[in-house]
Amino acid sequence: MTRKAEVVSDPDVPLVRITREFDAPPAKVFRAHTDPDLFAQWVGPSKHAMKIDYFDCRPGGSYRYVLGSDGNEYGFRGCFHDVRPNELIVQTFSFEGMPDGVALEKLHFEDLGNGRTRLVSTSLVDSFEGRDGFVASGVEEGVQEGYRKLDELLAR
Amino acid sequence: MPADQLSRVFAALADPTRRDMVARLAVRDATVGELAEPYQVTVQAVSKHLKVLEDAGLVSRGRDAQRRPVHLEAEVFDLMTKWIERYQRQAEERYQRLDALLQEMPDEDPTTGERQ
Repeated sequence: MTRKAEVVSDPDVPLVRITREFDAPPAKVFRAHTDPDLFAQWVGPSKHAMKIDYFDCRPGGSYRYVLGSDGNEYGFRGCFHDVRPNELIVQTFSFEGMPDGVALEKLHFEDLGNGRTRLVSTSLVDSFEGRDGFVASGVEEGVQEGYRKLDELLAR
Repeated sequence: MPADQLSRVFAALADPTRRDMVARLAVRDATVGELAEPYQVTVQAVSKHLKVLEDAGLVSRGRDAQRRPVHLEAEVFDLMTKWIERYQRQAEERYQRLDALLQEMPDEDPTTGERQ
């Protein structure tokens, strides 16, 4: 059982894969991803205010949300390319701070039976450099701290 | 800009020759001549690669005027490993929040009334 999220950086293509299993059927896990009110409850760290600007989860729809902390706001947006109920979401994802780094994301909801689901989400970008940067900075929290530390290191 | 410096680190490591040089420097310091040995390239070409690694803060040159050995700044790598660990930890924290939400959610979809 993959109780802990597994993160794998693919050696052959610039892709990151996160695998995690849930004690809930695919329909429920899927709904927590497609209903904006539910999505807002878990995607951002609780200490950060999460504001959904728009969220239209259907093929051709788009989304934008903002995570805020300490007066800093981080915007994320993308388009839903394909949405197959309880099975698959294909979407783009970009952090507005790095607008050229657009990831193509696929979320597979695998039915494990007995009311359990394996969620496999992949993020594909167009260069290894971009992928590694995405892993390093695609998270809103800690990125400033990381940059500050790198600054100190590079300044020596 | 800090983002440029971060990009420089990743750009420096995007090249296979530079990655190989870094791998060898992880074992021990080396001179430019020693680094150039296994490659079918000139010392000048190796110096160019070194300049990129140096600008990114990945390596430094020793003060010994004769040899000027190249030294790997391992702390930059520790930082990168920490980023990947943080990415994993944040994914796990996010999914633990989802676990909690899934526990609270009704089994029936209130919008369709379908059992899930």
